[in-house]
Amino acid sequence: MNSQWKILVVDDEIAMRESLAAWLREDAYTVDTAASGREALERAREAAYDIYFIDLKMPPEIGGIETMIELRKFQPDATVVIITAYATVDTAISAIKEGAQEYMVKPCNPEDLSAFVERVIQLKNLQRENLYLRKKLTRQYTFQDIISKNPRMHEIFELVREITSQRSTVLVQGESGTGKELIARAIHHAGDRSSRPFVGVSCASLAETLLESELFGHEKGSFTGAVARKQGKFELAGNGSIFLDEIGDISPKLQMDLLRVLQERKFFRIGGTTEIPMNARIIAATNRNLEEAVEEGAFRDDLFYRLNVINIRIPPLRERREDIPLLAENLISRLAIETNKEVREISREALKMLMDHDWPGNVRELENALERAIVTAHGEVLEVENFDFLATARHRQTPWEVPGDTSLAELEKRAVMAALDRTEGNIKAAANILGVDRSTLYAKLKKYGLSR
Amino acid sequence: MLLYVLPVEIIAARELEWMEELSIQQFDFVIRRLDPLPMPPEALDPRRHQYDATTILRAALETCPPDATRLLAVTEQDICIPMLTFVFGQAQVDGTVALLSLARLRQEYHGLKPCPELFQARVRKETLHELGHTFGLFHCHDADCAMALSINIAGIDAKQDSLCSDCTAQLDNRIREVRREIGATKE
Repeated sequence: MNSQWKILVVDDEIAMRESLAAWLREDAYTVDTAASGREALERAREAAYDIYFIDLKMPPEIGGIETMIELRKFQPDATVVIITAYATVDTAISAIKEGAQEYMVKPCNPEDLSAFVERVIQLKNLQRENLYLRKKLTRQYTFQDIISKNPRMHEIFELVREITSQRSTVLVQGESGTGKELIARAIHHAGDRSSRPFVGVSCASLAETLLESELFGHEKGSFTGAVARKQGKFELAGNGSIFLDEIGDISPKLQMDLLRVLQERKFFRIGGTTEIPMNARIIAATNRNLEEAVEEGAFRDDLFYRLNVINIRIPPLRERREDIPLLAENLISRLAIETNKEVREISREALKMLMDHDWPGNVRELENALERAIVTAHGEVLEVENFDFLATARHRQTPWEVPGDTSLAELEKRAVMAALDRTEGNIKAAANILGVDRSTLYAKLKKYGLSR
Repeated sequence: MLLYVLPVEIIAARELEWMEELSIQQFDFVIRRLDPLPMPPEALDPRRHQYDATTILRAALETCPPDATRLLAVTEQDICIPMLTFVFGQAQVDGTVALLSLARLRQEYHGLKPCPELFQARVRKETLHELGHTFGLFHCHDADCAMALSINIAGIDAKQDSLCSDCTAQLDNRIREVRREIGATKE
């Protein structure tokens, strides 16, 4: 039914706008009229129209092309037809150049006008259908804020759905940038705890004593600097969830303290004598291989078993390359808004390049790469050239040979130093280069005794 | 339901009878014929040698008797609107007044020999079409239905002087409502 389509006829001559409106209404379109460009813009701001018929000249008010330019600032997809009685090649070129879909000289043949409106409506119908199908497809592949069509990821979504209402501890494992915190948030938000707090702690970013105070809180005067009582994260989480990120990096003493909390489900503030119950669900995450750490004696096996009641292992992006187009599309639409750029899509060739890349930093690295490409892009489509930095990075890596007498730790230390050197101590930028998150980088700095 | 038929300038009795006959058959109107209305001088567009449909429609509305359920104005002149090179007719959708031009319905206009049968069929179809608009009917996607949009004379010839089942149902409903409104006004 045509009544779903809204048309605005803009002309300073009443006979012109009313007669065209009447003709279109006979076709069941919902038609409004405006006597000037300004009135048209006011109406369009209140509610968008599907087609605008705008007269070229409306003296002394703003003309049709200026009206269209203003309109496009807040409705970039508006379909505009510029109508004029004084056709010149210059005005026609100018109208089309500024983005008018059609330039019509009045009077025109009813066949031409009718065919044009029909064509626009067909296109609009296709656009709507396309939008609907894309949304439907994205919904199908979206769980909470996580997008994937990979079967392993869908198994994880299914598992998350099953465990949301339980209290069992969850251990999320995966490389940096795979979205461990997103999974933790999904567990929290998909269940009956969603209205309660979700409290996150990055265990790698804090020194042992600070982390202890952060987790358990402290009483006033319990140590130098404890000027007031402070509630810890376990307390703040209440009946919600506590997310312990980079759990593999905590000290042996904290491993012991944490084990006690898990066993007894109660704790003391530092310097406190009152037992506080711990009702929050614990979700821990790490990018380390905890099984190996247990074997090496670096992580308590009893704590590992307590944490590893439900295990979720997120595959790296290179093992779910089919998600790259979906993720790229979703990230582009978000990042284009955040960076105020007009980028709408990615070319087939550029997408293929992204699909072929190994993404050691996973989704976070993909997001950073897209943001960098969007910021430097001109136009609506991301092209291969916008991702030159990926090729450079690959090229740089290829001829480099690892010295045969270097330990892994030494290599890691050198990589961290080089990244910090290149970014002049900028932790976020250095973490991006290394493909790790900031908390992991802080942990490495601590481990190797480095400073920014 | 009372339909006033308003000739704008002189219209032959035969053509008026065709329109009235269709109106009685399809709408069950009681017909009253008005004296011819002179063509409003401001309706003439001297550059285009045509008459503005909206101006004629407005003049017809001003002469419309208060007891009219609908008013059908008819002219021999070629009519147009500023945006379009011509229109066969114009109507207020779900309103009171409709206008029909006979000019382009004649074979002679297209440089052909007169054909009274074809002309009569076209007059009937367009009378039904324009009056249909005044009862809230929009253009119909059924090419056979009289409410189909005709953008040229071939389009008029391709359709019937009757309505499709959907438009018939809608028209019946709207006629019932109009009859109720008239009854309520009388009471």
